[in-house]
Amino acid sequence: MSTLTGTRHLVRLILRRDRLLLPLWVLILAVLPMTYAASYFELFPTAAERAAYLEGTARNPSIVALLGPAYGDSIGGLTAQRSGFLLLIVALASLLTVIRHTRTEEEAGRRELLGGNVLGRHAGLTAALLVTYAADLLLGLLTAAGLVATGLPTGGSLAYGLVTVLTGVVFATLGGLAAQLTETAGGARGIGLAGLGAAFGLRLAGDTAGNDWPSWLSPLGWAARVRPYEGERWWVLLLPLAATALTAAFAYPVSVRRDLGAGVLPSRLGPATAGGGLSGPFGLAWRLHRGQVLWWSVGFGLLGLILGGAAEAAGRSVEGSPRMEEIVARLGGASGMADAYLGVTLSLAGLAAAGYGIQAALRMRAEESAGHAEPVLATGTRRSTWLLSHVTFALLGPVVVLAVTGLATGLTYGLSTGDVPRQLGRMLAAGLAQVPAAWVLAGLAVLLYGLLPRLAPVTWAVLAVCVLLGQLGAGLELDQWLLDLSPFTHTPQVLRDAWTPTPLYLLTALAVTLATAGLLTFRRRDLPVL
Amino acid sequence: METAIDVSGLVKTFGRTRALDGLDLTVRTGEVHGFLGPNGSGKSTTIRVLLGLLRADAGAARLLGGDPWRDAVALHRRLAYVPGDVTLWPNLSGGEVIDLLGRMRGGLDPKRRAELLDSFELDPRKKGRTYSKGNRQKVGLVAALASDVELLILDEPTSGLDPLMEEVFQHWVRRAVHDGRTVLLSSHILAEVEALCDRVTIIRAGRTVESGTLGDLRHLHRTAIDAEVAAPLDGLADLPGVHDLRVDGRRVRFDVDTAALDAALRRLTELGVRSLVSTPPTLEELFLRHYETADRA
Repeated sequence: MSTLTGTRHLVRLILRRDRLLLPLWVLILAVLPMTYAASYFELFPTAAERAAYLEGTARNPSIVALLGPAYGDSIGGLTAQRSGFLLLIVALASLLTVIRHTRTEEEAGRRELLGGNVLGRHAGLTAALLVTYAADLLLGLLTAAGLVATGLPTGGSLAYGLVTVLTGVVFATLGGLAAQLTETAGGARGIGLAGLGAAFGLRLAGDTAGNDWPSWLSPLGWAARVRPYEGERWWVLLLPLAATALTAAFAYPVSVRRDLGAGVLPSRLGPATAGGGLSGPFGLAWRLHRGQVLWWSVGFGLLGLILGGAAEAAGRSVEGSPRMEEIVARLGGASGMADAYLGVTLSLAGLAAAGYGIQAALRMRAEESAGHAEPVLATGTRRSTWLLSHVTFALLGPVVVLAVTGLATGLTYGLSTGDVPRQLGRMLAAGLAQVPAAWVLAGLAVLLYGLLPRLAPVTWAVLAVCVLLGQLGAGLELDQWLLDLSPFTHTPQVLRDAWTPTPLYLLTALAVTLATAGLLTFRRRDLPVL
Repeated sequence: METAIDVSGLVKTFGRTRALDGLDLTVRTGEVHGFLGPNGSGKSTTIRVLLGLLRADAGAARLLGGDPWRDAVALHRRLAYVPGDVTLWPNLSGGEVIDLLGRMRGGLDPKRRAELLDSFELDPRKKGRTYSKGNRQKVGLVAALASDVELLILDEPTSGLDPLMEEVFQHWVRRAVHDGRTVLLSSHILAEVEALCDRVTIIRAGRTVESGTLGDLRHLHRTAIDAEVAAPLDGLADLPGVHDLRVDGRRVRFDVDTAALDAALRRLTELGVRSLVSTPPTLEELFLRHYETADRA
């Protein structure tokens, strides 16, 4: 029996299970670059307008930090840069898809059910990788075709399409490796996300500082360095191919050597009796959430250190460009430029912290689906106490994560400008200002969990819409009422001199209302809803 | 208080599915009550209503003198529940789960906890994800049996336990009853029900079809006989209590009521038995028989 026996059946199983999810993300991610290109054709019909946009916006350090470098003022080049953030989502989707069909399956014991049938040792990993690679390929081809359809050159469109494919493939393979290392899907996702975070951090550091060698260490950095539409460097595409081969070369031997259900990192024995802290719902919630709080804080702390360290250089990098200097002068000099950059990066941290809040709130749903909630609620634990034990982490988690981000940013930025105490305070405030908007989404997750538990994961889609509104809003010149739907639109720019805290109070009130409604509906509903 | 659980006319629907359709269940204080029914007949739904996890659409339910939905928290301190599929948090050790659930119920007896771990041969230091199905059940059982509660609600608690552990389980249930506790035992294992239960309730499709002592239900038993005899067969067909007689040359197969077993076997011995296989009725067969008779009646 070959080690690949049964791969075909598993591929069909995965396609059957993901028949909605997979086409959905492929389609959405394929359409967005087209809309960027179409909007640029409309907004900047002349070369002069594009050049102004390139100098004034596309080379703005905060934009570069977020999206990657802009190599020229062609519509294609600007579109490729604008789509830089999408590559992060492609990477994330590919990573999570592979883990979902490997370690998650194994952890749930479903793979064992299949392993009893005729199934080769490599079949599980191979099937998950094949499906994800195929989805990435389809996404890349659709993207390239769409870009050509808007009127962009074929060569550049193909290059950008291949960049999309290979970025997805690299991170899909990373997901495959992570799934072999740990026993839990959560651990595998943690390793994968850490890898993605490191890739983003390296690219960000390389693209915003004077020397770009860190970007050459990051798959997200390679993506820009292929330079679609701006003198394509096809050979750069070899880097992700080599990285994929190398990652797979690690993942496959591990998948053969380990036992089913086991990881490489061993599991240790635990205590025979529970410590004093583990005596009620809050003690339990702390045990279930503490790892996430810790790792998110560490990750965001590191990101904050990098962002803060790059800010001062970002503020100065515009010297020599008369148009940018004029804009910078309007913003209040180099420090104003750095503030604008930090404002953008901290608002991104706010979006990520909202993701954390949603995830922590949806932990309740996971507890219910896994059958963990039922025995706890059959003890003297009140439903409201149980819910609050988790909601506490959904609300306090974003506060901790954003405070750490703000302080870390303030520390390195303060060191580079020589006024640590002042910057610590300012960046902490700017970080915490993101909290209420993140709370609104966490509150929405709680409400959906109480009211329509099966639909609770829809909160992720709401967050995706908020991200897209924030990203697309300016480019597409959307109506203000549409932008106002996202709570993040209302977060004040704390680093500017004049701002009012009223929106923060209103957002907090909204979040509390949503969460309270969730609590009230949860107390009345049947359990478990499977 | 005479009755620990008193349920009448319970109705619960999920969308179009009528999971409970006028179910009755009475459990007297101090007894082990067997709760039987095929898969999907509503046993777990009933238990979840009793635990205040589900709200009934109609009917009345009293648990330890209280309302299972309104007084859920107060009642839960007086009972312990073991689900049919105990799932453990992957990163908590078995011992931690036992203590956590015990403390949430208001404390457990450390001496009994140690005894239980010993007799169930359970290593409490292993992490939840590394336990087998049977060992996960043991964690749930130890947590419940070590608690000082009045009522144990056990939903197919021994699924995945080996026969030795089944013995241990029965020992501890007897001890719990001896200590004055009441046990509601939902089970598929007829031997377990016969060994432990004072009275049983059989449900089907969300409705109670029979309730009474095991003796009352004995008449439902039929044993399947598959024998080869030396002499040509006669005189079996007219024996009372023999059903579904099939003769194939010297081979004979039939079902026989427990009361008529002796007479039927004596007749076979007269014919000269060459081989004999007797199969006691499985629980499913018992149900099927019971439903047949219920339908005819």
